[in-house]
Amino acid sequence: MSSNAELELTQNEMQEVEASHHEHTEHVHRDDFASKMGMWLFLLTELLLFGGLFILYMAYRFQYSHDFHIAAKELNVGVGTLNTIILLTSSLSMALSIIALQKGKKNLSINLLWSTVGLAGFFMVNKFFEWSAKFAHGLYPGSAHLLEKEKGEIIFYGMYFTMTGLHGLHVLIGMALILVVIYRIKSGTINADKYIVMENSGLYWHLVDLIWIFLFPLFYLIH
Amino acid sequence: MNKSADASNYVSYLDYKGKHTGIWAWLLSTDHKRIGLMYLMGIIVFFTAGMTLGALLKTEMLTAGRTIMDPQTYNAVFTLHGIIMIFLVIIPGIPAAFGNFFLPIMIGAKDVSFPRLNLLSFWLYIIGGVLALSSLFLQGGPIDVGWSFYVPYAIRTNSNVSLALFAAFILGFSSILTGLNFVTTVHRLRAPGMTFFKMPLFIWALYSTAWIQVIATPVVGITIVLVILERMFGIGIFDPALGGDPILFQHLFWIYSHPAVYIMILPAMGVVSEIIPTFTKREIFGYKAIAYSSLSIAFIGYFVWAHHMFTSGMSDIARAVFSLFTFLVAIPSGVKVFNWVATMYKGSIDAKVPFLFVAMFIVLFSIGGLTGLVLGNLATDIHVHGTYFVVAHFHYVMFGGTVMILFAALHYWFPKMFGKMYNEKIAKFALVFIFIGFNTMYFTMFILGYQGMPRRYWDYLPEFHNLQFISAIGAFIMVTGFLILIFNLLHGLLKGPKAEQNPWGGVTLEWTVPSPPTIENFDEIPVIEHGPYHIYKEGQIK
Repeated sequence: MSSNAELELTQNEMQEVEASHHEHTEHVHRDDFASKMGMWLFLLTELLLFGGLFILYMAYRFQYSHDFHIAAKELNVGVGTLNTIILLTSSLSMALSIIALQKGKKNLSINLLWSTVGLAGFFMVNKFFEWSAKFAHGLYPGSAHLLEKEKGEIIFYGMYFTMTGLHGLHVLIGMALILVVIYRIKSGTINADKYIVMENSGLYWHLVDLIWIFLFPLFYLIH
Repeated sequence: MNKSADASNYVSYLDYKGKHTGIWAWLLSTDHKRIGLMYLMGIIVFFTAGMTLGALLKTEMLTAGRTIMDPQTYNAVFTLHGIIMIFLVIIPGIPAAFGNFFLPIMIGAKDVSFPRLNLLSFWLYIIGGVLALSSLFLQGGPIDVGWSFYVPYAIRTNSNVSLALFAAFILGFSSILTGLNFVTTVHRLRAPGMTFFKMPLFIWALYSTAWIQVIATPVVGITIVLVILERMFGIGIFDPALGGDPILFQHLFWIYSHPAVYIMILPAMGVVSEIIPTFTKREIFGYKAIAYSSLSIAFIGYFVWAHHMFTSGMSDIARAVFSLFTFLVAIPSGVKVFNWVATMYKGSIDAKVPFLFVAMFIVLFSIGGLTGLVLGNLATDIHVHGTYFVVAHFHYVMFGGTVMILFAALHYWFPKMFGKMYNEKIAKFALVFIFIGFNTMYFTMFILGYQGMPRRYWDYLPEFHNLQFISAIGAFIMVTGFLILIFNLLHGLLKGPKAEQNPWGGVTLEWTVPSPPTIENFDEIPVIEHGPYHIYKEGQIK
């Protein structure tokens, strides 16, 4: 549900111009500044969504610092580091693709977007293997193996799967958004004069990146 | 008066033919007025449903023990009453219905910034409403956890909690999207010359509300998701058996749900600030103070949430701090009330229906507000926590506050929205019924609560019988009043006389356009030179 809504959000912003055409025969209204403002407000709500989880993380970290310490050692720092590098690189290619389009290099822009999608896919594949390994070790919510452990460790894994899972969902939504942008660049509705949808998708993608920047140390690095 | 529309060219938004026909001309319309009207219909339907459930609760309370339903049904009915009234009626209430309709007109715009997003919000509202109600009929039975979904019971019960939570999540999304739309609209689409301090006070209230919607709602969104995950996978975060802490749920829940009461009341206060100048023919007293008080209520409202949890288990320092902040919110609310009353002073008061609703609001809201101080105070709260006192306080501020102003707004803007007029005498008659019924019903509940009657109980001790009985009678009087009110409006809509462009002598921009407005609102975007109520000061209108 949330993916649809978020897709709609940016689509709305871009189709606003067309909508004005339909409903208001004379009145053509295009306001890129407003679109961007709407997007920033939306990103604020995303931050607060994760903010609730960060508060919970903090509260439980204080309550169960020892158990969190033990549980965190099970996570694979190597995979986490690799994924951090992947996401940072994908953010770079996203930013570069916008500059490329602004300079009129349409093909370069599309290629850069494809590499962003590819890196995002790579991230998800890593995540898949990481989660699978945990499942294989019986480390998932409700498993008999986990229930034998200390309460703090149960909570740690509860937080881990919830937060990385929600983040993963955002990665998927971001990928879908970028695919829409690629399609629209090809069809010409996003071009060097009119790229607010692309910029907003880029902002969304940087947010996904930014949240990971916080998740990574909280789960993988703090022992 | 500015006749903006050429009579021969004039097509109202109600008659406008777009690219869709029939019902789709409404359901797919991105026109803010049509969307506002659809919200209004939805809200009235849900309000009627919620009121029926409330009347059933009161009927059950006529006698001790079983009157018409068993305890489990009672649990389900009060839960559903709460969910419908809060998530489907008073949260969207004034902003989604009247805000959508009048925000663009009052700032001199042709629509909101994101019209299609606006339509999406409406659809999410409807989907959320249908999901919430469908939890009644699906297997597992109607939910029985109370509207606040407290864990751990919300995790353990077998009723349809996940579905209702999902509905609340979708409604939250709808609310967020409306909020960000309004913030952007106010920033970007004000008519030339309309600075922030030349905006009507209703817009200030909507603007403050929109910020709360954007900032507070995501927190309850994630809380809801966590409870759903808890029920599906047992992640343990709120489950004490797995090491989770239910008190943290309460904190996260009230971090949203307390600011949410300001989402409910601030727009109502904005409407009051519009109606009073119109019917007293005076410039509002302390314009800036009222504008700032909206913002400060929105701001301070964030730091008071734990006053819902004084008995849940917190350190004394935390409780004292939250109690202090709770008292601080009373200051901007008081500023508003004094300014309204000061506006009336020496005004030429025309006691039409909308004004009478506002006068009623000031009385009821003041009672609700002052009893709120009893609850904000630590020592007295311990005594009345979780009793009918809280229920009465809440209904005085929310029903006596927000819903009465919803009625006031309905009667104030009805001629503008539909171009028709209702019968004023019957409306006043309905108002008297509502006022008497309301106080009979809820004031007795203050007394019951003070004497120790706990909320949400299906049964009561014999000594409470008389007051419970009186309270239930009050409920029936009020329902009668509401039915008269609705039938009067429906009759006005179908058979009422044609309304003038400006029946009340209002001075904000919506009264400069025809009734009902055209699809574009303005033929020419107005240029603003003065504050909204300036004209009264000049004495240009008697």
